[in-house]
Amino acid sequence: MRYLLVEDNQELAEAVVNRIELDGHAVDHAGSLAEASDCLAAADYDLILLDVMLPDGDGRDFLAARRDVSETPVIVLTARSQISDRVGALDQGADDYITKPFDFSELEARCRAVLRRRGGAARNDVAVGRATFDMTNGTLAIGDEIIDLRNRELRLLEVFVRSKGGILSKAALMDRMFSYDAEITENAIEVYVGRLRKKLGHAGARIETVRGVGYRLHMS
Amino acid sequence: MRVIHFAASLILALWANASAALEVEEQRTYPGTGPTTLRILSTADLDVFEPFLLSFQASVPEIGIDYTVSSSAEVFRAVAAGEAFDVVISSAMDLQFRLANDGFAQSFVSDATEALPDWAKWRNLIFAFTSEPAVAVISTRAFAGLPVPRTRQDLISILRENPERFAGTIGTYDVRSSGLGYLFATQEARISDAYWRLSEVMGRLDPQLYCCSAQMIDDVSSGQLALAYNVLGSYAGQRLAGPEGEGLQIILFEDFDNVMLRTALIPNTATAVTEAGAFVDALLEVGNRTEKGEWVLPPLAPSSAQELSFGPIRLGPTLLVYLDPLNRRAFLESWQSAIEQTPD
Amino acid sequence: MKTSGSISRRLTVLLACVAALLSVLSWSMVTSFARQAAERTQDNILEASASIIAEALRSEDGEVRLELPYSAFSMLGAISEDRVFYHVTQGGATLTGTPAISADFVSPAPGQTRLNTTTYQDEPLRVAAITRVILAGANRVAVTVYVGQTRYGVSLIANDLSRTAALLSIAFFTVAVALSAVVARTSLHQINVIAEAVARRGPTDLRPLRQTPPQELAPLLQSLNRLIDRLSRSLRQSEDFIAEAAHRIRTPLATVRAQAEVALHSVDDVTEKKRMRQIIRAVDESSRSAGQLLDHATVAYRSENIPDTAIDLAQIASTATAALQPTADMKDIDIHLDANTAMVRGDDVLLESALRNVLDNAVKYSPPETSVTVRVRTAGASGEITVSDSGPGLGDEPFEKYTERFQRGKNAEGTVGSGLGLTIARDVVLAHQGRIELTNNEGNGTCVSFILPRA
Repeated sequence: MRYLLVEDNQELAEAVVNRIELDGHAVDHAGSLAEASDCLAAADYDLILLDVMLPDGDGRDFLAARRDVSETPVIVLTARSQISDRVGALDQGADDYITKPFDFSELEARCRAVLRRRGGAARNDVAVGRATFDMTNGTLAIGDEIIDLRNRELRLLEVFVRSKGGILSKAALMDRMFSYDAEITENAIEVYVGRLRKKLGHAGARIETVRGVGYRLHMS
Repeated sequence: MRVIHFAASLILALWANASAALEVEEQRTYPGTGPTTLRILSTADLDVFEPFLLSFQASVPEIGIDYTVSSSAEVFRAVAAGEAFDVVISSAMDLQFRLANDGFAQSFVSDATEALPDWAKWRNLIFAFTSEPAVAVISTRAFAGLPVPRTRQDLISILRENPERFAGTIGTYDVRSSGLGYLFATQEARISDAYWRLSEVMGRLDPQLYCCSAQMIDDVSSGQLALAYNVLGSYAGQRLAGPEGEGLQIILFEDFDNVMLRTALIPNTATAVTEAGAFVDALLEVGNRTEKGEWVLPPLAPSSAQELSFGPIRLGPTLLVYLDPLNRRAFLESWQSAIEQTPD
Repeated sequence: MKTSGSISRRLTVLLACVAALLSVLSWSMVTSFARQAAERTQDNILEASASIIAEALRSEDGEVRLELPYSAFSMLGAISEDRVFYHVTQGGATLTGTPAISADFVSPAPGQTRLNTTTYQDEPLRVAAITRVILAGANRVAVTVYVGQTRYGVSLIANDLSRTAALLSIAFFTVAVALSAVVARTSLHQINVIAEAVARRGPTDLRPLRQTPPQELAPLLQSLNRLIDRLSRSLRQSEDFIAEAAHRIRTPLATVRAQAEVALHSVDDVTEKKRMRQIIRAVDESSRSAGQLLDHATVAYRSENIPDTAIDLAQIASTATAALQPTADMKDIDIHLDANTAMVRGDDVLLESALRNVLDNAVKYSPPETSVTVRVRTAGASGEITVSDSGPGLGDEPFEKYTERFQRGKNAEGTVGSGLGLTIARDVVLAHQGRIELTNNEGNGTCVSFILPRA
């Protein structure tokens, strides 16, 4: 996936870029609308994250103009009040919006939801045992049979797949699964790992418990 | 009022009969149960009018009636002289009209007067309650072998061709003394030349002159006359229906006919105005009847025979024309020279 | 609103007064003309009658003779039932007729006609006189013919025409009043057009009015547009201020949060990690509070003027659910949407915001891997949205407690949230003449219902 982040706050942009790259996507950063236009002229993007208050203009105006020439999905980043912003952004053609400050997990979830809804993103298949894991759409399947994964199990699987066989501690897993509105305990991690392990068992992949350190996914 | 008296006296002066006292022909009083007595001055004979008077009194017994009969000229003279009467009834339309025109009548409006056709009243001052044609009455015996004349022209021819048969047996009004005769004669003279030719022919036949219809009809009935010209159809009809009616025939000429309206008015001098109104209403009610009924006087509605005619003599200022003394003098001169010829 | 009377009515009354004046004027004119015409007709007839009589004069044996022509009288009787008098004098002496009618009359010169109105028997009498010179033997004698007629017929005709004119005037007046009303209404239509254009507008529509006004209304429209402009500018300023404030607060918070989250991944020490989480939680809480405060202000402003638009609650529920879906997914919370069409009237943005606040609470307070159900249905004269969750429930406190500002259920410890959510929802529902019901589900969880009057 290739994202374009349009955000004038350098620190925030850095953190966001950092985080998206951690999830395995490519990100270009534009600090202004002019830079954004240059980027968009030079490359194709799967998704645009657009701040509304930029030094050289209002992101929504840019969005409105952009809608006429391109179908690339856009998620608006806004610091405005939910009510008035919702009207403006969605009316002008944003696919979704997220209010600052945002939870990375939520941002990820929204990005995934938008991409899935648009259906335009290419599959990003990874073999997990005999099963195929589509990272873009978040589906795990053995042949035609889809293995039903809950969201947290999916997130967990994603983290394991991205670690490429590395050992992940419970704390690291907790961090990646962290979300503002729910405390995830080490016990919960154990429960999710247990469930995922059971579901992956059919696919011939295995989550190994490295005693005292953490977990490791064997993909074959 | 001085003006009225002056006008009235002037009119009086123009008439031969200028004596102050009313010449009464008949007079009868029908006492009522109440104090009011209605004084009626009329030209209609008592025996003709009595049935009506009695039926009126039967419906309104409290009103007494004083019924005076006089000639039409006398009636006019008396009213114009201001003699007090409550209702004035006359067959002389012209004189009645003149009374109304000259301001001797008072206005009266009721449902009955409103129901009258326009031609039967004038300014709510004078009201017609009969329409009576002038007819000729012939003795069938005297006309034996001759065709019955249907027009005045027929009559002229018959008289002209049979001078011996009709000499001295033609009767007509003396228009100098009869108001009604004068009215019929002037109207006829106005309508048709035939009147003067007929008068000339009659004049040659030594005509008998009468004051009144009744006597003329009597004389036809008795055989003294072969023809009575211009008599009232109503009187003739009554006589025809009686036992002496045999041998009489009424002729309503087809060329035109003269229809007279018998009229009533309430003079200014009336004192019992309300009762007079009731009496006029009763008259108009009888006048408006659709059936001929018992009474001699015909109703106002034109009979089928009259529908072809010119209609009744019009109540209007034209009636004044022949009342003018100059016109009267001229007419009577002509009439006299036509009717009073010394037989050869 | 207290008004200073209706312009339309005033205009109608004014025009009706003009019409009444014209009606009376035209009636009196027609009446006077009618009378004049009738009088002239009578004069002509009287003159004709007199001259016919005068032409009938002849001399015979040195004497003036006259036979009144029938036609002279028949024409007088033709149109009316008027009393007729005549008088013919020969060198001052009466030849025939009624002398009284010419008593105060100067006889016209030979060949001349004269008309005069006199009084005879207490009635006005119109008299025409004509003098003709007749050669009687050797003498030339001046003969004057007077023909008089009362004016009963003239009055009759004049009154008749006057009555007709009066009826026509009344008809004219009635039509004029009706037309006045129409004219007044039509003239004022433009004002109504502008008033309707203003009334039709939504609460946020502050564009200038584009109607082309009649000349007289241009100043009104201009002032109105200037007012709208000032209002919109001041509103834009306060909106900008709110936006700017939010931006100023939230952008640094976002940076702090993002950096803290990155730091969370990079530190290994458990104590450090805990500290980072605390920082993130604090940031979340303050940003959320700021957001809800701003929303609350927006709701208060928008509630002032709820538009009368028909809205399907099912649509609202579907949009709000879709917006919350990603958040719910993160906790593996299923949102069941069971929506039937239920039409209400009001502001869709507000209603959606209210529902989203409630849904947000539901998702927030429910344990992971539970479900939240959103139902939309109609019941009698109401449309209802019900959100039931599997959260900790409300406890025993009275309902009012939860909708008061900044109050949070005591079961909500440990969850980020300012408690303003329900307050916002309540304000929105009240502004729509509805009510909000809060009950504990059987077992566990809360059930929040919006009950709104149906459209």
